[in-house]
Amino acid sequence: MEFRFTEDQRLLQETVRDFLAGECTVDFVRGQWDTATGRSREFWSSFAEIGVPGLLVPEAHGGLGMTEVDLVLVMVEVGRAGLAEPVTPTAAVAAPLIRDCGNELLAKEWLPKIATGEAVVAVGQPTSPLVPEAECADLLILRSGDGLYAVPAAEARITPQKSNDPSQKLATVEFDPKPEQQIASGSEADRLETAALDRGALACAAQQLGACDQLIQMSVDYTTERKQFGVPIGSFQAVKHQVADIKVALEYARSHVERAAHSVAHNTPGRSVDVSMAKISAGEAALQGASTSLQVHGALGYTWEQDLHVWMRRAWTLDLAWGETAWHRERLAEALFEDGPPAIAFGFEPSAN
Amino acid sequence: MDLNYTPEQEAFRKEARAWLEANVPKEKLKSFDTKEGFEQHREWEKKLQAGGYAMVPWPVEYGGRGANLLEWLIFEEEYYRAGAPGRVNQNGIFLLGPTIMDVGTPEQKARFLPQMASSEEVWAQGWSEPNAGSDMANIQSTAIKDGDHFVINGQKTWASRGAFAHWLFGMFRSDPDSSRHKGLTFILVPLDTPGVTVRPIEKLNNKKAFAEVFFDDARVPVEYQLGEEGKGWDVAMATAGFERGLMLRSPARFQDTARRLVELYKKTVASGQYVAPELRRTVAQCWMDAEAYALNTYQTVAHLMGGGKIGAEASLNKIFWSELDTKMHETALKLLGYRAELLPGSPEAGDVGEWLDGYIFALAGPIYAGTNEIQRNIIAERILGMPRK
Repeated sequence: MEFRFTEDQRLLQETVRDFLAGECTVDFVRGQWDTATGRSREFWSSFAEIGVPGLLVPEAHGGLGMTEVDLVLVMVEVGRAGLAEPVTPTAAVAAPLIRDCGNELLAKEWLPKIATGEAVVAVGQPTSPLVPEAECADLLILRSGDGLYAVPAAEARITPQKSNDPSQKLATVEFDPKPEQQIASGSEADRLETAALDRGALACAAQQLGACDQLIQMSVDYTTERKQFGVPIGSFQAVKHQVADIKVALEYARSHVERAAHSVAHNTPGRSVDVSMAKISAGEAALQGASTSLQVHGALGYTWEQDLHVWMRRAWTLDLAWGETAWHRERLAEALFEDGPPAIAFGFEPSAN
Repeated sequence: MDLNYTPEQEAFRKEARAWLEANVPKEKLKSFDTKEGFEQHREWEKKLQAGGYAMVPWPVEYGGRGANLLEWLIFEEEYYRAGAPGRVNQNGIFLLGPTIMDVGTPEQKARFLPQMASSEEVWAQGWSEPNAGSDMANIQSTAIKDGDHFVINGQKTWASRGAFAHWLFGMFRSDPDSSRHKGLTFILVPLDTPGVTVRPIEKLNNKKAFAEVFFDDARVPVEYQLGEEGKGWDVAMATAGFERGLMLRSPARFQDTARRLVELYKKTVASGQYVAPELRRTVAQCWMDAEAYALNTYQTVAHLMGGGKIGAEASLNKIFWSELDTKMHETALKLLGYRAELLPGSPEAGDVGEWLDGYIFALAGPIYAGTNEIQRNIIAERILGMPRK
């Protein structure tokens, strides 16, 4: 029993943080709002050079063969930077889905391309008709009836849906399922879809931690600098205590998220419940971070020009992706009240492996 | 990251479980806030000590088991699972004990720790004074050196179980010309010293175990000074860290309450009694928060066992567990509906009164060990770096 990350995992996190500090500045994020696709293949290939899209791709297919325990720290940095490239659908959800679906041809064709950054894959969410990143994707993995299908983007009808977060690229997608596109059906499709949901939710939760960290930092910086009544407003307890409360929420959410990463990586019996607790707590922390930051920034935070809303909107929209909070609350409640207590209650029960 | 217990840890858990199953009193002890219950709890502590489980993480030479923090967490999980009695000497064993191990002389360690581990001597804390609560540096009680004694004058207050305890630890102003954090000395005071008067205060729970303590030329030998003279503040801060952090409130306590709350919810729903729909969500949130506290503690333990330290982070813990405890008990009382006001012992009360007792106890959490307002200041200033002025 040792609930902490290795030095290598922390090193990877730092590498990604440094990379994003240089390549994904807030000017870059805001600049993407006005481009035709809102996405940069150039950025994506340089992100692939440090291995991120292929982090979960097996080494045999050109990836790093890592697990969610490694990825979770990377996703925190993605959230901190406000990066809005298709990291969640492609790196966190599609790569392991293709890896685990038992379709060797699909894996051979797509996993290497994910790892090099040549291909972007979007995945439909079981909890919403909106498919994030469908517009920029080369391949779509979508549910239809009983089956799960891998559909080339060119064969799907994609209708963009504008998000309140200009960084988010959402769309509804229609397609005519063909037998040769089917990668799973029945209970196998359900299994893959639930695993995809858990991975998507975990990736969002980790980004929510990063976004929340960023919102706290911006609030600390602003309230230290801004003076009223001759003193920094951050010296007032009414301000301090609100910011301290976000920190409390954030740190306990972090514990849930980090454990959920382990549960997903090891496919433990409590995996889905652990992910729901991560998504709920990180979502709530980020939303609290958003509303508190707005309040302590005063009218300045209410402007389009101030960067605060980059992370505020991200907090709002991540909360809705891969199962909104209410959905995860219900999944947790069902596990607690209807199926008996989840696998963990008094300390950790030994996991399956 | 490894979230599996080792075979040794599993074996320790099994062993502790078996011992507790065989030894935990079948009949619930009386409240340790009554004289009778206090003595019952001391008897229990002696039994624990004889079984080798009183001070799991303490070194063997001081009456402990020499276990690491992880084994201590496992033991705590088993302790609460077994429904074992509360720790009557918690101020001693969880707060002062580790401080003595840190800064005590070899003589002090030998003199105090084994007696503490067996609860032969029960400790009360003497932090607060009438004008030094949140502003603890405003301590007025003095301890002036006279030969090989300190002569203590002044008043301490809010000493839990002070009415029955044998010793008190606290800070006293040893340099009368000093102010604030300077010139304070940490001193251990036998409560039977001539010149010491203990006056019980009736608490919100209608019991008189809480006390204020008056000192009137009470002479205490200088060998009861803990740490350096005039450096009491630093010693006290280490103790307060233990209090806010993981020692005083191990996660199993809250996980156990959360588990009982989930059971209460299920039982209440099954009984057909009206249950407000929002309570489903609140109960699940409580359970989730108790899990978060456990997870976070396991992370802290891994950090400490890896050679790390904790500082101001303890303030995050203190806010989290104290507010969680209150929320869990409030929620239980809502589920209990009209029965929520019944005291234990009322014919209709069943187990209801336990929740009310727990609620009254939980209400103190945001106040003691440094109010949550003080903790929020610490988080803002020391963790986040917000301006003091």
